[in-house]
Amino acid sequence: MTDNHEPNHDILLKMRDIRIDGFSDEQWHPIIKGVDLTLRRGEIMGLIGESGAGKSTLGKAAMGYTQPGCKLTGGSILFDGIDLAKASDREKRRLWGTRIAYVAQSAAASFNPAHRLIDQTVEAANRRGIRPDADSRTDAVELFRALQLPNPETIGSRYPHQVSGGQLQRVMTAMAMSPRPDLIIFDEPTTALDVTTQVEVLSAMRNIVEEFNTAAIYITHDLAVVAQMADFIKVLRYGEEVEQAPTRKMLTQPEEAYTKSLWSVRALEKPEVKGEDIVLSINHVDAAYGPVKVLHDVNISIPRGRTVAVVGESGSGKSTTARVITGLLPPSAGEVVFNGEPLPAALKDRSKDQLQKIQMIYQMADTAMNPRQTVEEIIGRPLEFYLGLTGKAREARVIKLLEMIELDDSFMDRLPSELSGGQKQRICIARALAANPEVIICDEVTSALDQIVQEGILQLLLRLQKQYNITYLFITHDIATVKAISDEIVVMLQGKVVEQGLKSEILAPPFPDYTELLLSSVPEMDPDWLTNLLADRNT
Amino acid sequence: MSEQPETYAAAAEVGAVRKRRTRLERFSLLMKSAPPSAWFGMIVVALYILVAIFADVIAPYGEAEIHPVPFAPWSDEFIFGTDQIGRDVLTRLIYGARNTMGIALATTFLSFLIGGGLGLVAAINRSWLDQGLSRFVDVLMAIPSLIFALMLLSIFGSTITSLILIIAVLDSTRVFRLTRSVAVNVAVMDYVEAARLRGEGLGWVMRREILPNIMPPLVAEFGLRFCFVFLTIAALSFLGVGIQPPTADWGSMVRANASLIQFAKYDMTAAITPLLPAAAIALLTVAVNFIVDWFLQKTSGLRE
Amino acid sequence: MNAVLSTILKRLGLGIATLFVVSAIIFSSISMLPGDFSEAVLGQAATKETVTAFRKELGLDKPAPVRYFEWVGSVLQGDFGTSFSGRNASGQDRSRQVVDLVMPRLWNTLFLAGVTALIAVPLALFLGLTAALYRNTAYDRVVNAATLTTISTPEFFVAYILILFFASLWPVFPSLANIDASTALGERLYRVALPALTLTLVIVAHMMRMTRAAIINLLASPYIEMARLKGASRSEIILKHALPNAWAPIATVIAFNLAYLVVGVVVVEVVFVYPGIGQLMVDAVTSRDIPVVQACALIFAATYILLNLTADIIGIVTNPRLLHPR
Repeated sequence: MTDNHEPNHDILLKMRDIRIDGFSDEQWHPIIKGVDLTLRRGEIMGLIGESGAGKSTLGKAAMGYTQPGCKLTGGSILFDGIDLAKASDREKRRLWGTRIAYVAQSAAASFNPAHRLIDQTVEAANRRGIRPDADSRTDAVELFRALQLPNPETIGSRYPHQVSGGQLQRVMTAMAMSPRPDLIIFDEPTTALDVTTQVEVLSAMRNIVEEFNTAAIYITHDLAVVAQMADFIKVLRYGEEVEQAPTRKMLTQPEEAYTKSLWSVRALEKPEVKGEDIVLSINHVDAAYGPVKVLHDVNISIPRGRTVAVVGESGSGKSTTARVITGLLPPSAGEVVFNGEPLPAALKDRSKDQLQKIQMIYQMADTAMNPRQTVEEIIGRPLEFYLGLTGKAREARVIKLLEMIELDDSFMDRLPSELSGGQKQRICIARALAANPEVIICDEVTSALDQIVQEGILQLLLRLQKQYNITYLFITHDIATVKAISDEIVVMLQGKVVEQGLKSEILAPPFPDYTELLLSSVPEMDPDWLTNLLADRNT
Repeated sequence: MSEQPETYAAAAEVGAVRKRRTRLERFSLLMKSAPPSAWFGMIVVALYILVAIFADVIAPYGEAEIHPVPFAPWSDEFIFGTDQIGRDVLTRLIYGARNTMGIALATTFLSFLIGGGLGLVAAINRSWLDQGLSRFVDVLMAIPSLIFALMLLSIFGSTITSLILIIAVLDSTRVFRLTRSVAVNVAVMDYVEAARLRGEGLGWVMRREILPNIMPPLVAEFGLRFCFVFLTIAALSFLGVGIQPPTADWGSMVRANASLIQFAKYDMTAAITPLLPAAAIALLTVAVNFIVDWFLQKTSGLRE
Repeated sequence: MNAVLSTILKRLGLGIATLFVVSAIIFSSISMLPGDFSEAVLGQAATKETVTAFRKELGLDKPAPVRYFEWVGSVLQGDFGTSFSGRNASGQDRSRQVVDLVMPRLWNTLFLAGVTALIAVPLALFLGLTAALYRNTAYDRVVNAATLTTISTPEFFVAYILILFFASLWPVFPSLANIDASTALGERLYRVALPALTLTLVIVAHMMRMTRAAIINLLASPYIEMARLKGASRSEIILKHALPNAWAPIATVIAFNLAYLVVGVVVVEVVFVYPGIGQLMVDAVTSRDIPVVQACALIFAATYILLNLTADIIGIVTNPRLLHPR
């Protein structure tokens, strides 16, 4: 351990050999397998790892709390000399909300719908009588102001459902800060937010933590985000520590192979190729969900054998565009032209041949495959349905498809639950390929995957494109993915196309305002990015 | 950052790979983990089924055979005595198992056929058909089903066919609600959308994509609905408007012999006689509930 | 407040519409009567004239929609028509007004249900709440197994066991709950003790299980975990964080069980020969006295709808999203 020689007087939190088990499948499994963690006063630690790495569990354990269904089986948690692993509930309650505070991922669900925001903000401070109620309320307003919330004097009298997600997340930070805790646990606080909102929330949180010199553990899976927040970073994987280092050192000289793999992903970039032969075009499309109009005069042309990336934030209409193309949502005006012929607007009016030529891959491979069907049934169905293959011929083709996606015939009998996340997405790709499509719509296909797996999927998609001249419409909010895979880019905002063009044109200045905002809001792997960005925006 | 991660192969990725087990292995594992209450339930249900199937063999007398002495006390000849017109109580109990359970089972099946089928269609269709069916079911459910059944029985008369039909239709409203709500959750899954995008018909989507994924809650509901139907039929028979004599039935047996309870001080066995069929009903429903309770805990994934 | 008001009005409208449709269903049941029904009521020897007169009285000579609106009109004025019983083949008519048959019995039933609710509701809420708070303890398991057994048991079984012990072996209470208008309150309470106890046992079991499930569901919300992590004690979590959000589910549980109670009385009234509306209905069904059956069914359905309506309105007026619109 590197910190053995340091003086102990400013150590706030010292966790040793933490072991936590979780209950699933009728038995206890280790989730955290002996992790150490040391945090000094005023320090911010970034805790990163992929889903299932145990980072959230470890973060909560720093408070001496384990979720229902989990139990602490070993180790000590010394917070300012008190061992939370052995402390009674009553002792822990005295610390929680006053000296240790927690900021949860979903602000909307974590506020009590029945109480005003200000009452919830001052609740913990008042309970322990830190200061008179009136002072707490004045202080809360000051915190709201410091966190750049609109109308800081009055926002507290609102109820949780009356303010937006980004604002709620900042109110929760104020709630955590109100009793001036020594330690705040931030548990993926910006994951549910759009990138442009994320920037505001991140800067507000960073400022306030710095102002009060509060120690913090910042949990996230986003390396670029943690680089802005943390003094040092701890990487977790499968419940074990991989590596820990100061932020700058971690970014420039990672030691472990796994950590390097996390960093290297962003290197992939496909050289763009201009395409002339338009395979699919969307002409003047308007679409609405009931009375709510969500697409306004959308025009997109997709050249054969190329990748067009559609980027935008949630609510920009990018997924709706996909629904219009597939016929799930018939447009209220305009048309979709495929190979020079207009497609019938509604799914049920399209011919089997038309359906076959446009396939779709989903974001969540988990929900895109029937959990009760085997891989062979999943891939085999389009073969049977479109191509009429049965028996041996079908089996042979399934094996061939499995090879195309770099898997083998040992996967034939598996159920989706017996596959890893990346394998699931590969099976979904194989299912789309089985139809011999000309166009594949990829809806955020990599955003639910771990970084290293993302890279594998993207490379596979590129290789398949080259081999079979497949056209991709790639919907994503992740600029790194766009860089990696696209030839052309379409930027969407509030149901309208803001910009369309070759990658090199869109990603080079000068930018229209929104593209600029969108691009600049994507966190970069540079500890100074946020500081520089805020400085830029202020001038 | 030119370095690539050491070696990477998609096939070598490990996810939450579960151990694959054969049906038999899974079954024996399941049985091993069953709590005593579930064991009790399974044994009781098995016994009832055996009695119902082999009623002819087990019963000492014929179903409607009348002996000279009504209300005969317990004896070697009539183990639980005879009823108000001199039929052997044990015989009636055994045949009652077959009749009451058989009718309840038929009713439950019919109610699942109607409610489950329509619920699935409504969940996939989600348009005027769904709206219409759902509103109609809301209205039907606004009338308490026992009351509704009483009303309909007064019109159609208490034959076994009308009993089965009426209760099945009334009960299918609840099956419809449940099927629809669980199927709606499955119908919004991407794999159902994928099947529709592929151009699959309604039949395929219902049978292959949705039904296999909603079986666990439906199976549990089958157990609960069976209990409910069973109790409703027993109550109706008890009220004298359900299964009619001479068909042996537990509900009407209770009513017919109820007056014996007042002789408890003089002959405890006589007082227990009317309670026997009632206890038989209770024991079966308790047993089924124990099994369902365990099954629900197994499949719901609720840990707390 | 406008959002609350409009939601309530919408819900009321829905309730009235439901009642309307239900009444139509109940009414149309009379049209489904087999053709020989008049003979069944009046006897084989009925003359053609009496049959025609009877059919005319039922209004079977008019088109169904006309008859329906006439029926609804008279029901709204408290007139449910005339009972079928007491007629005979010769055309002599000693039948009684349905209202006169139903009303005194309705009060008896409401008395029995009211007494039961007064005991059962607080008891069930207390048991459900404590079982939810101390879940997975021995207390929870015992209460759970006991209630599971009770809800699986037919009401008449519970009733006869109580009779066996408290009326037959140790005669503390009467096994027949026969009361009439002249019975004094104290005597009434004494006579309904066993029926009320039977109903209480059944209702408490149902209600306690539902309360427990509703509270556990509520306690799984992220904001409850947040409250814990803010250092709130167990009682604070319950009173301050869970309770304000619990009114809607609790109201639903109570309404559901009171509605169940209304139906449960049918069997219990028959066991204890209690002169309530349930027993009246069963007798009317046996004798196929359709006007009485219709009146009873309508009253039961209306009660049912009213209870659910009340629960929904409580849910609406305690919903912060509606109370404080954006």
